[in-house]
Amino acid sequence: MIQNLADGILVGSVLSLGAIGLTLVMHMLRFANFSHAELLSIGAYAALVFDGVFAAILPPLADRIGPLSMTWALVLALVVAVAVTGASALVIDRLVFRRVRAKGSELSMVFASFGVAMIVRNVTGLVFGLGTQLYSKDIVFAVVVSRDPMLLIKPDQVFVLVATLLVMVALHLVLSRTTLGFALRAVAENPVLAQVNGVNLARMIALVWVVGGGLAAIAGVFYGLTNQISPMIGRDLVLPVFAATIVGGIGSVYGAALGGFIVGIAANVALAVLPSGYSPSVPFLIILAVLLVRPNGLFGEARA
Amino acid sequence: MDDIVLRAEGVVSGYVPDLPILKGVDMAVRRASVTVIIGPNGAGKSTLVKTIAGLVPLSAGHIAHDGVEIGGIRPDRLAAQGIAYVPQMDNIFRTLTIRQNLDLALRHAGADAAARLEELYTRFPPLAEKRNDRAGALSGGQRQFLAVAMALATRPSLILMDEPSAGLSPKAAQEVLECARGLTAQGVTILLVEQNVKQALRLADHCYILAEGRNQLDGSAADLLSDPVVGEIYLGARRKGAA
Repeated sequence: MIQNLADGILVGSVLSLGAIGLTLVMHMLRFANFSHAELLSIGAYAALVFDGVFAAILPPLADRIGPLSMTWALVLALVVAVAVTGASALVIDRLVFRRVRAKGSELSMVFASFGVAMIVRNVTGLVFGLGTQLYSKDIVFAVVVSRDPMLLIKPDQVFVLVATLLVMVALHLVLSRTTLGFALRAVAENPVLAQVNGVNLARMIALVWVVGGGLAAIAGVFYGLTNQISPMIGRDLVLPVFAATIVGGIGSVYGAALGGFIVGIAANVALAVLPSGYSPSVPFLIILAVLLVRPNGLFGEARA
Repeated sequence: MDDIVLRAEGVVSGYVPDLPILKGVDMAVRRASVTVIIGPNGAGKSTLVKTIAGLVPLSAGHIAHDGVEIGGIRPDRLAAQGIAYVPQMDNIFRTLTIRQNLDLALRHAGADAAARLEELYTRFPPLAEKRNDRAGALSGGQRQFLAVAMALATRPSLILMDEPSAGLSPKAAQEVLECARGLTAQGVTILLVEQNVKQALRLADHCYILAEGRNQLDGSAADLLSDPVVGEIYLGARRKGAA
């Protein structure tokens, strides 16, 4: 049980990062973006490619960092992946969503996002193959934290959790302390008012895609580091990430962070209680339970 | 300098192409005055200020501010032209604190921002008191003052206000309108849309009456206040028997 809880916290941290990006995009552009989880996949594969490139160019970078399976090459690749994924999100917006936004309804945007998800997933499969891949083939042994109750934790998992929390704190500081953060929140709350207060809407929308894409890349790499990389990352994570976003309340960064942990923990703890086939249903049960009590999610506000 | 701050000529605009709400409106707003736009529902009063603010596309005509054409301006560039717009209702960011709302409005003030913030706090003491509260927690009247403070942050020469007294108690409405009046003493020009015709005419210098997207009448506020026709239609005189 305690092992499930620990695993849940870890999965939750990945979901949180994905959900924060999704909640920003959904709040600001007012549509349910079902292609958001594909950005995790783009990030994971971009890091895989650049990890190989950096390790080949500078072999010392391929050394592992302390007890982690992560190498310096992967750290650099993660930085590049953040940029690549942010740029990909922006390009997808320019090619698809911006055009649909100009002419279609919110529902058209939702359908367009399904299309984008299909395209990204299948192109990824076409380029990288449908099989699973790993950042490191070295075996990293889990550390036995406790024998009774049994609790095994890999150093990578601790790293992922700490890094996720740091990213969240950084984002919190930007949103709560800087005028750029205020501008982002202002656009999310009331785009027209933000504009008359001198905020350039087009620039803020671009920024939200870049930030959402960047966070998704980090989540994708962390997911790949503790699981496997496959073109199905997006398919597997889209619903939990949505659940985390909805549970937290659309538009709330803190809600999305908490929602990620709630969904991750609940789904993993459920493994200990329910037959494993029922585990995927848990996020939906949480959505139902939360929306019954708080229709706008835990931290969401009713829309004017 | 020309005494006319804002000049609109033959303004045609609307939300949907080929379906204009304004069908050729003319207007000249004098410097450091309060000009009020009144008219029946659907006359295009709000559309006119939104068109000036760049929020509704201008399909024909000209709008000039201090002699500079601003027709079709992007709304986020309005402040740089010395114009501020206070929308009706939802005119503050509820999820930000008062301080954050003002910081956002002062974003482009650079080194001057701290001094201007203090200035705004001095002018509106209740905002200073509640600076760290969420703006959504303010009363209706205080929200309007915050909205006016945000508009003043950019030191505009012209403030467009869309029904600043909407949803306020009569006392709060009076305070907001008097605050607008007070700004003219510092050379700021106010153009406002008002439903509360009698109250607005008492404070205003000049008044435009729109109907069905066209100019119907204009003149000094005092003249219109005593005009029997205006009185009957807009001020509720002899309206007791009407449905």
